[in-house]
Parts: sequence; C-alpha cells; structure tokens
Amino acid sequence: MDHLTELENQSVYILREAYKNFKNLAMLWSIGKDSTVLLWLARKAFFGHCPIPLVHIDTSYKIPSMIEYRDKYAQEWGLNLVVGQNKKALAEGMNHEKGRIICCEALKTQGLSQIMEQEGYTGLILGIRRDEEGTRAKERYFSPRDKNFEWNFKDQPPELWDQFKTTFAEGTHIRIHPLLHWTEINVWEYIEREEIPIIDLYFANKEGRRYRSLGCAPCTGSIESNAKNVREIIQELKNTSTAERSGRAQDQEDTYAMQKLRARGYM
Amino acid sequence: MRLVIVGHVDHGKSTLVGRLMADTDSLTTGKLDFVKNICDQQGKSFEFAFLLDALEEEQKQGITIDASQIFFKTKKRPYVIIDAPGHKEFLKNMVTGAANAEAALLLIDAYEGVQEQSRRHGYILRLLGMKQVAVVVNKMDLVDYDPEVFYKIKSEYTEFLKSMDVEAREYIPVSAKLGENLAKRSENMSWYQGPTVLEMLDQFEDKVPEINQPFRLPLQDVYKFDGRRILAGRVESGKARVGDTIIFSPSNKRGVIKSIETWKVKKEPKTIEASHSVGITLTEQIFVERGDIATLADDPPIVTTTFDASVFWMGKKHLKKGESYLIKLTTQKVECEVIRFNKAIDASTLETLPDQDFIAKNDVAELTLRTRQPIAFDLFNTIAETGRFVLVDEYDVCGGGIITGFTPLSEIDRIRDEARYRDSHWIQGAVTPDMRAYRYGHRAAMILITGKAGVGKAGLAGHLEEKLFHQNFQSYLLDGRNIQVGLGADMDQEKYFSEGEALRRFGEVAKLFVDAGHVVISTSNVFNQEDHSNISLLVEPAPIVEVQVTDDKFPRGKPEIVLTVDEAAEHESAVQRILDYLKEEKILTGHNYSI
Repeated sequence: MDHLTELENQSVYILREAYKNFKNLAMLWSIGKDSTVLLWLARKAFFGHCPIPLVHIDTSYKIPSMIEYRDKYAQEWGLNLVVGQNKKALAEGMNHEKGRIICCEALKTQGLSQIMEQEGYTGLILGIRRDEEGTRAKERYFSPRDKNFEWNFKDQPPELWDQFKTTFAEGTHIRIHPLLHWTEINVWEYIEREEIPIIDLYFANKEGRRYRSLGCAPCTGSIESNAKNVREIIQELKNTSTAERSGRAQDQEDTYAMQKLRARGYM
Repeated sequence: MRLVIVGHVDHGKSTLVGRLMADTDSLTTGKLDFVKNICDQQGKSFEFAFLLDALEEEQKQGITIDASQIFFKTKKRPYVIIDAPGHKEFLKNMVTGAANAEAALLLIDAYEGVQEQSRRHGYILRLLGMKQVAVVVNKMDLVDYDPEVFYKIKSEYTEFLKSMDVEAREYIPVSAKLGENLAKRSENMSWYQGPTVLEMLDQFEDKVPEINQPFRLPLQDVYKFDGRRILAGRVESGKARVGDTIIFSPSNKRGVIKSIETWKVKKEPKTIEASHSVGITLTEQIFVERGDIATLADDPPIVTTTFDASVFWMGKKHLKKGESYLIKLTTQKVECEVIRFNKAIDASTLETLPDQDFIAKNDVAELTLRTRQPIAFDLFNTIAETGRFVLVDEYDVCGGGIITGFTPLSEIDRIRDEARYRDSHWIQGAVTPDMRAYRYGHRAAMILITGKAGVGKAGLAGHLEEKLFHQNFQSYLLDGRNIQVGLGADMDQEKYFSEGEALRRFGEVAKLFVDAGHVVISTSNVFNQEDHSNISLLVEPAPIVEVQVTDDKFPRGKPEIVLTVDEAAEHESAVQRILDYLKEEKILTGHNYSI
C-alpha cells in the first residue's frame, strides 16, 4: 500500500470512530488546505456525504476570497455550514493591535467556545498536524478538553492500538485530530492525487507571492514564490527549509506562544 | 517507518533524536534558530533535546513529558521518530509512543548502566509485540570510549532480554551529544565494527499488511446512505471478495458480500484487504452491528468469555481482582473482571510479586479475564490486531494487554460451539420465518416461567398455552419431563442431568419448535438460573421471555416480567400481563398485522 493510501485509511478510521462515538460532533473548516483535505476525507469515510456539521470561525478579518470559496463549496457539496463569530468582542473593537495573543484568544478561541456552547457540541474535529509545531507534535488523536476549554498537556490519556478515549466526565469535550500523522507535503500530494479544489491564495500571484498558511489578513504573511499549481508547490516544499507557520505572526509573539494559546483552547 | 526511542530518564533520548535531525539536515532553519534563541536566553549551550521538548515545562526542567513525533528522511525512506519519555511517571506516554511503532531503539547510559526504566521499557516492548529492537549505549564520551564498559552493559542487558525470550538486533555504542556513530562513524571507537544508528535504521523492515492471514473485518458502524445499507470497518488481516460468504462473531450471523462501496476512487477494488478502511453491502439484510467481526465461513475467531492475558497497568488506582472494568478489543466493548492473577510482576526487575491479587501502576501481570458477554478474538500470536485490548477504568484507558491463551472448558463454551456449528450447517426450507410470522400473527418466541417449587408455575403455563391457542396463535407447552422420557430414554437418569444432556436436548427441541414459528412455553423446574442463559444461546435469535413467580424483594437474574405468588394465582390477569408484554415487544403482531 502506498504511503498516501495508508495515511488516508488511518484518517478514515478515526473519522468513523469519532462519528460513531460522539452524538454532537462538529468539524472545524478554516478554508485552509488541511481542513479542506479533512472535509474530503470525511466524504470518503461516509461515501460522498458529510454527516457532520462544519463550523467556520469568522473573525471578520479573514481574507475576503476565503469567504467566497467557503460559500461556493458549502453549496456545491451540500454541507451543513455553521458560522461562529464573537460579535461582542468585535463590537468592543477587538483587533490584533491589542496584542496578537489577546486577539486570537478573543476572536478564535472564544468565538469557538461560544458556538460550541450554543450548538451543544461535545466533540470537535480539527485538521492540525504533528509537523506544524512542537506542541502539536505531542497531541493525541482524541484529546480531551475540560469545561474551561483547557488542554492538560501534562496528563494526556494513553492512546494505543487505535483504542481512543471515548468516555469522559460530564463537562469535558473532545478534540479529534484525524490528520495528526500527515506532513505538509503529504497534504499537497494528496490534494494533487485526489484533484481537490483548493483556494487560489496558495498559488503564486502576478507579483510572485503566495500564502503558505492561511489566517487573518493582518497577521498572515505571504511568501515569495513562483509556484502556480499544486505540482510546483510540492517541488518548492521539497527544497525549502523554512517552517510552514513562519508567516503566522501569533506564533512568534512569545517563545511558548503556541503552548499558551493551545492550553487555553486554541486550535 | 515508525520508530520509537525508549529508555531510562536522562539517558539522552531527546538529544539523540535532535542530533539525528540536525545531522541529516531534516530541520527547518526557523527551528534551529528558534532553539538557539531559547538556549541563549537560558544561558545554555545548544540543547538538541529542545528540538522535541517543545513544552515550556520540558525545557525548564530538561525532561520529556510527552512523546513527540517528528519526521525525517534517509536516502532509503522517510521516518517518523517517536521520542518517548523515560520518567516512570510518564509511562503511559511511553506506551502511547511505543504501541504505534514498527521498530525501537532502546537507550542505555554508558555511565549509569542498566536502570529501572531500561528494564521496564524492555518488558513493555515485548508485551507490545515489538520484534525489531536495537540497543544504543549512549554517552560513551563520558567513559572515555572504553569498550569494557560497552561489553559489560551488552552482556547484562542481553541476559535480561533473554529471560523473556527476546533478542536485540544490535548493540551500538554512541555519543549522541557529539554525534558519534549516529550519522557519522566515530573515530574514538574504532574497536566497534557494527552499523551506525542511521545504518541500523535502514536495516529495519517495514511492516507489511497481513494479507495472507485469515480474514478479519471488525465492524465500526452501519450506515444507510442513498438506499444502501453499508457495513463499515477496517480489515485487520486477510482479504475477501464479492461473493464470499462471511460469518459475524460473536453474533453468529451469516451473509454474502454483494458489493464493495467506495467514493471517488480511480479504480474500483475487487477485493478488500488488510489495513484498508472499507465499506461493503450484503445480498440479504441481516442485523449486525458495531463489534461484530466478519470472517470467512471456514475460519472464524474464538468466541468465549474467559481467557488468559498478559497485561500492563497505567492506572492511578490498582488493577484488582473482582472489580469491574471495560475491555475494548477491536470495536467490541464489554464489561469484564479479573478472576485470577496467575503471576504479578514488578516490571522494573521482572521479579514475581507473590500472593498478590492486584497490580499497581507501572507493573505487569499474567492473569485470567472474564467478560460479561462473549467476545470474539484471536490469540495475539496468531493475529496481533484481533488479539490485543485495552482496559478502561471509569473514563480512562488504564491498561493494555495481549491474549495468550484460551481453554474451552466451561459448559457454556461447549454449547456455544454447538450452536455455532448447527447454525452454520442449518438447512433452511422455502418457508421463511417472516412468512410464518405473517400467517400465524406472531413471531417465534420462548416463554420460560421460573420460580421455586410450589409457586404455581404449571397452572399459569397451562392457562397461557390455552389462551394463546384460543386466540389462534401457535402455542405449545414444552415440558422437560416429556423430553426426558422419550429423547432421554437412552440415558441413565442421573447422568442425563449431570452431563448437561437434559439441558442440551431440551434446548435443541425448543429450537426446532421455534424454527417452526411457535410460541414455546416451559416451566422448567429442573433448570437453574445459569441454565437459562444456555437455553437462550441454543434458541437464539428467537427472543426469550422470562416470567418469574416470586415473593422475594429482588428477583434472580433479569426476568422480563415478575409476578408475586398471589398475582400468578390470578390466572386471567397474570396471562393478560404476559400477553400485553408480548404485544408491546411486537412478538404478538396480530393476524395479517391487523392488530
């Protein structure tokens, strides 16, 4: 079995475990390449259907074409799309100038927490990967969060032989990470193999720049690149030694920024 | 290739991985600078371990708390390296890392020698079924590259591994910090002729899916999409194709594969095989559910409630005899208990803990487990994927184990085997159970009236048979005594009961009546509570309704209907209650489904 098929089969297995074990499940769709691949895998797992609602956290600072892309495919693929937004924080004028970590927590973490409470979700599927950064490398496929949304990274459940944590105390919810074992290149190779339509912000524009990782417009930097299609992106990645999230300003805010953000419920 | 690095705390696991990454140019520039900055801030020389120990607490304390996974590449193939923590406290994280690996490097500090976790991790690797292990003796620079030190550790650890029938593939002396014998051969240890760590990695063999083993497909879920009923699951071993007859265990149902379901694949598969997540449909609709294991008809798994296992324990509370736990094996989830500790072992010394009816966190045991309901499995040595399990205490996975043995001893195992054999060889007539149910106005069922002698069971049973008959239902009062005097006439009366023949013959006759679509009523005084479950095994899948007549506050077992002696004596109202129940359960549906 080739490597991509192996990755695919493992992710499908995890998605089916999640769907069977949790009644109120949602999947986060950030419009980026990872969660779009995740959505594709869900349709593989459920034979063309996505029986799980997709949550998009709209910080209002997203790059506009992301919203266009989202609405187009939500309709075309018949998705159950739920949009969450921390309207209170936005009304009070929250933006990245108040501090990137503060802004991420208000608009993303809190926005997510609000929609989860409103919809009563007890499980959330996310497209994070171990190779993105150090704290994600220590994640579990099924990772519990307590009622304050916190990740107790010092006491994670054991996970062996694909037996996942599916029972938990009242008030906790579970984060499920079916793409944990993929790398950035795997994601692009899979997009190429499956011909998954992907937002064009990832491809180089006329000025010779493209996004490698997508987020809010003020905090996401583009990179210099001539990669105009998936094949060229894969070639470029094979020859780079720059980290994927180096264009994401919040990661660089503090040495342990990601750990702090993620301990409090960030994706 | 997934590779785990294990060993005692501070023996240099994270450093080895960090150094390997750096020496094979597997790091992003951002990452190296990032770690350099942290080390500068903390006034330390460059710490390779920080490349993996990303948590603040890990870097400040200089330890690994949780397993990290990183990716790197040699000329031969890509690797996922799992850096497991060496602290005893974090054993569950080590297990998590090691259970998912195909090969292992076990590190021993040349200066400190073999320590507690060196042994415990070795034992756990064996329990996890790890076959490819190489031992790396690290920090050789601290002992002046002395071959004597290396050979002493090698012989000590070889002996330890030998005591549990394991052999390491290689012993490699290195200095991880200085990068000696990792990617580059060490000039200081020219006395060592074996492979470097990197060369060793490339010698490990990739795990290949077990497609030549017996076919095993544990069901994860059943979906109804677009008018199809799709059985979903991952093939754990073997292969099957469209048209194959499969049986499901433990439910003992049969079906024929009609199609293999897919979405957006380039080439439609003709077979389903090991390690693929698949979906199939069957030619006939049968009721199977998550937990059932589909296999080919001639090669089913073991189905029983009692088996021997080796278990390691990671729970905060002890694993105790007689307590209730959940066992998760493939997609089955059943309550279980330890009925016997055959050997409790201190995993750091491999010493037996005598007369101990429990094990504490981080220890291991050979024990006998009993499950509340029968489960399907294989021995770990036959098919690893269906021969291993985890134990859940309250909300947490607290233990893991492998099934080492099974002796089909008990009566219930014997009867179950008989029922399975009979069901799989049963010749079905042209008249189906549905056709009979439609004609008769009811499904087949067995009604057992139980209770102590003299509570009025016989009278009630007779009345029930009569009432059903007058309502045009096919009822029959089956008396155990009638079977004994006829079918049992060839046997000595005492042996007839003591050898279980009374029950077996009664159950098989009942099965025939049930197959003919009748509501069979019985008042078996001769059978005890345990026998009822055996009878239901023989009569399955027809429902059994137990009506218990008793004045006790707590009835025995789980009867569907409980009547006091006085209530049972009022035949009209008692029978009405039973009829109401049968209607509620849709056993009595009414003629032509008109009621």
